Amino acid sequence: MDFLSEHQPEMLPGKRQLPPVQGVIEAPHGTTIVAVTFPGGVVLAGDRRATMGNVIAQRDIEKVFPADEYSAVGIAGTAGLAVEMVKLFQLELEHFEKVEGAQLSLEGKANRLSTMIRSNLGMAMQGLAVVPLFAGYDVDRGRGRIFSYDVTGGRSEEHGYAATGSGSLFARGAMKKLYAKDLTEDQATTLVIQALYDAADDDSATGGPDVARRIYPIVTVITESGFRRLTDEESSEIARVILERRLEQPDGPRAALY
Amino acid sequence: MSTPFYVSPQQAMADRAEYARKGIARGRSLVVLQYADGIVFVGENPSRALHKFSEIYDRIGFAAAGKYNEYENLRIGGVRYADLRGYTYDRDDVTARGLANVYAQTLGTIFSSAAEKPYEVELVVAEVGETPDGDQIYRLPHDGSIVDEHGSVAVGGNAEQISSYLDARHEDGMSLAEALKLAVQSLSREPNGGEREIPAERLEVAVLDRTRPQQRKFKRIVGPQLSRLLEAGGAETAAEAEDAEEE
Repeated sequence: MDFLSEHQPEMLPGKRQLPPVQGVIEAPHGTTIVAVTFPGGVVLAGDRRATMGNVIAQRDIEKVFPADEYSAVGIAGTAGLAVEMVKLFQLELEHFEKVEGAQLSLEGKANRLSTMIRSNLGMAMQGLAVVPLFAGYDVDRGRGRIFSYDVTGGRSEEHGYAATGSGSLFARGAMKKLYAKDLTEDQATTLVIQALYDAADDDSATGGPDVARRIYPIVTVITESGFRRLTDEESSEIARVILERRLEQPDGPRAALY
Repeated sequence: MSTPFYVSPQQAMADRAEYARKGIARGRSLVVLQYADGIVFVGENPSRALHKFSEIYDRIGFAAAGKYNEYENLRIGGVRYADLRGYTYDRDDVTARGLANVYAQTLGTIFSSAAEKPYEVELVVAEVGETPDGDQIYRLPHDGSIVDEHGSVAVGGNAEQISSYLDARHEDGMSLAEALKLAVQSLSREPNGGEREIPAERLEVAVLDRTRPQQRKFKRIVGPQLSRLLEAGGAETAAEAEDAEEE
């Protein structure tokens, strides 16, 4: 955002002077985000827990945001910084669209996010990293795409499925066994909630579906017709079915050995 | 060294105003009308790429007549102002009134500064409310004044004639097709009293639609959707005429 950096540079993340600190700053961290592509679109979902050390900082945090009509960002890492980064990213995409009269390409959006993560490197070195997952529908190519990042802003396109955050190892393992190229949209939304369940099963920082408080994962779908967030009823229904099955099979669906 | 001639301030301002008015009058007019579900912008524009109407923010639209490079400059300034406001505070804190004030300041400063030529533009800033009562339309002439308009407004070359035509015929609660038809009728009137046909592909139409589920209410109406609406407007009035005959 050239205009902002010229006129009010202090508004931009990455331009701030950091006071010298000793040790790690305690701030809420967001945890697991997963994404799966299916023919015709992509699903991006996140659990609802934020942790601060060994304490649960927030039970109902929202970590998946629409970036614009055809893309969304899920955030893992320091929640405060990440939310600000997403806000600026949304603003920038909208600003570009209004000034130029056309949307950025999906690659262009992904590259822009990469630069923003890189500008946060100083903070990341002090333990305040932000590692998002970016998913969108590529209008030019007619398919859903996923981009993952590392703390230095390194960007890589993921094919099929991807996960980020502390529970990502377990979620990726689950998705690896469940993923198929020809998923329907409903199957894809079920798959991400299964993966988040598995992540919550093995990672203390990831929250599972909270039946008592009616807090369920946030699931978003991006297709040709744009961004859509599943309503609480829709995601709770999927979570409920999964929970019932898990009462019989606690480890979830089994993949064939061969 | 030559001594500059004395020119009275009245004369200087009158000259500048005339210069700006002539510049604006060269361009085609455009109209902005309230209808039941929002505000519609209609203008004649042969270009597909250079727009006269644009989105500024969630509920705010912009229309301009006059010199393209000058109003484009103002438009981008407006988008920056709105986006910066919304980012710093909240999306609700961006209002048409605030934006119109900024435009009035800018236009006023340029108009009265001797170093610059006045901008040959006339702007309309419109904000769609939750209900028709909440709609706001501001007209900003070249000299930096603000006029709060209701119902309908026309700017550009033949604006006076068009606004009196619209004032006489515009009603609250018109449908989009009706409002569009009225707008096209008003635009196709020649200054000498004749009429001419404006084909659909030369029309630029955009709406601020309060019923849109998205946060951003601005939408361009193009292609088949525009032809459908134009036909619907025509059909409705034809039906009305038949009803009148039967009675």
